[in-house]
Amino acid sequence: MLELIEPEAEVFNVWEVRKDFPILSQIVNGKDLVYLDNANTTQKPECVIQALDTYYREYNSNIHRATHTLSARADKAFDEGRKTVQHFLQAARSEEIIFVRNATEGINLVAQTYGRKFIGEGDEILISAMEHHANIVPWQILCEEKGAILKVIPINDNGEIIYEEYLRLLGPRTKIVGIVQMSNALGTINPVKQMIADAHQIGIPVLVDAAQSAYHMKVDVQDLDCDFLVFSGHKVYGPTGIGVLYGKRHLLEVMPPWMGGGDMIRSVTFERTIFAELPFKFEAGTPHIAGVIGLTAAINYITALGLDKIALYEADLMEYGTNVLSQVPDLTIIGNASEKASVLSFVMRDVHPHDIGTVLDEEGIAVRTGQHCAHPVMQRFGVSATVRASLACYNTKDELDRLVDGLSKVYEIFG
Amino acid sequence: MSELRELYQEVILDHNKKPRNFYELKDANHVAQGHNPLCGDNVSVFVLIEDNIIKDVSFTGSGCAISKASASLMTSIVKGKTTDEAEVLFGQFHDLVTTSTTPEDIESLGKLAVFSGVREYPARVKCASLAWHTLHAALISEDSAVSTE
Repeated sequence: MLELIEPEAEVFNVWEVRKDFPILSQIVNGKDLVYLDNANTTQKPECVIQALDTYYREYNSNIHRATHTLSARADKAFDEGRKTVQHFLQAARSEEIIFVRNATEGINLVAQTYGRKFIGEGDEILISAMEHHANIVPWQILCEEKGAILKVIPINDNGEIIYEEYLRLLGPRTKIVGIVQMSNALGTINPVKQMIADAHQIGIPVLVDAAQSAYHMKVDVQDLDCDFLVFSGHKVYGPTGIGVLYGKRHLLEVMPPWMGGGDMIRSVTFERTIFAELPFKFEAGTPHIAGVIGLTAAINYITALGLDKIALYEADLMEYGTNVLSQVPDLTIIGNASEKASVLSFVMRDVHPHDIGTVLDEEGIAVRTGQHCAHPVMQRFGVSATVRASLACYNTKDELDRLVDGLSKVYEIFG
Repeated sequence: MSELRELYQEVILDHNKKPRNFYELKDANHVAQGHNPLCGDNVSVFVLIEDNIIKDVSFTGSGCAISKASASLMTSIVKGKTTDEAEVLFGQFHDLVTTSTTPEDIESLGKLAVFSGVREYPARVKCASLAWHTLHAALISEDSAVSTE
C-alpha cells in the first residue's frame, strides 16, 4: 500500500521575512527600530517599492486612453491588479472589484450610492459599538440627509459583540448592516459569517470592513457571502492611497454612480450621459495606477508567504505578547475577546498613553497612542485613550521583550 | 534618556501629579473648552476677569503629563496679570515650544521655561499649547470651544 508522506511544513522564518522590509533595519533614537504600529499602517516589502519604481521609470502612462506601447503595458498591469485582488478576495468576477482610495472611501461610496437610493426616512442602519469612525460617520451623514436611524450593537466587557442584541436589533426597518471584521482598537475578530447569514435570513445586505483583517487572515467574500467588503492597500503592505470596494455584481449594477467624470462614461452629450459598465462606472478620472501596481505586488508577496502561515505565526506572537504584557505591573489590557488578533491595546495606571508613547519612542519603539479613530470604544471602556502595540508578520518576540523593557522606563520617570 | 529628562522635568512631573488650580471656578465670567481629538486631551479653562485683570483662573479636564502640567503652570502664572499681559505670555510660550528661543527669552518666561524641552518633540507641541489656546479663547469670548486640530 502506498503511503502518502506529507511534506514537512515549511517553517515561517521571520528573520528572512524581515530582510524583505528595508525600513526595519534602521536606528531610531540610537536604538534598533521596533515597529509596532502596524494597525495604523504596515511597512512595505522591497518588491512593492520596486514595483512602484519600475512603473514610474519604465512604463508610466495613462490607462484606457492611448494606443502606445507604454500605455498598453500600464493597461495590462492595471487589469492584472484587478484580477489579483479578485483572487485575493475569492470574488466571483473581476468587475466586482472597484478601486478606491481606501476603506473609508469604499464605505462612503456605498453609503452615498446604495444608501441614498435604498435607505429612506425611518429606515435603520445597524453597526456595532466597536466600529472605526470610517464605519460610523458616513452612515451618520446619510441618516442626517434621509432621516434614517443609526442603531448600534452593544459590546461586552471583553470587547465582543453581544450576539443576542444583534439578533434583537435586526428588524423589518433595518436596511443595511455595517460590521468590522477585526477591531482596530481592540483586536476582536467578529463572527461576520454568522452575522451575515442571520442578516440574510431577513434579506438585509451586509457591508464588512476588512481594513484590519485583510492582512491577518484569509478573507473569502464568497464564503462569507458578504454584499460589500472594503479594505485599504496600505495595511496589506501596499501603498497608501489605494483601496478596494468589493460589491456583489447585482448590487453594484443597481447603484447609481458616485463621482462623475472621465473613464466612467460610455458616451456623453450635453443632453445625456450613458455610464460605463462595471467596474468603470465607479472609477471616475485617472485612477491611482501606481497604487494598483504596488498593491498587486503586496498581495503577491503575502500570498507567497501564505496568509495561513502568517496567521499562525502572528497568533503565537500575540499569545507571547499578551503574556509578557500581563506581567507588567499595573498594566491593563483593553479588549480580551476570545477571538482576537494582532492588537494589544492597554493602559498603565494613571500614566497618560501619550506620555508612554513618547518614552517608548525614545527607545526606538513605535506604537500608536490615542483614541484610534474609535471614540465610542474609548467611551465604552471608560478610558480617554490607550497605548496600542499592533503586530505584523515581521515582528518578533525579541521586539515584544523590547516593548516590555521600554515600559519599565515609564515607571522610572512617572514613579 | 537625557532628552527625555529634559522634557519631563521635575517641575512638570510635580504639576502633573498635583495640578494647581484644578477645579471649576464657580464665579468665572469667561469659560472655554479645548479639545485635541487625536489624543483625546480635553481642558476647560475658567477665568474671572475684573477691570481687564485676571482675578482668578482655574482648569479641569484630562490629558497627558505635558498638557496637565502646562495648564497647571499657566493658571499659576497668569493669575493677577492683565489680559494683555496674558496674551503676550501666550505668544512667548508658543515661541518657546515651537521655535528656537534665546536664553534671555527663556529666562524671561520664568517657570514656564521648563517647557523648553517640548520643541524637541514636535508631536507634543499641541499637548503643551492646548491650555493656552483655550485660555486665549476664554479671554476673547464668554463661552467658546477651541481645538488644536
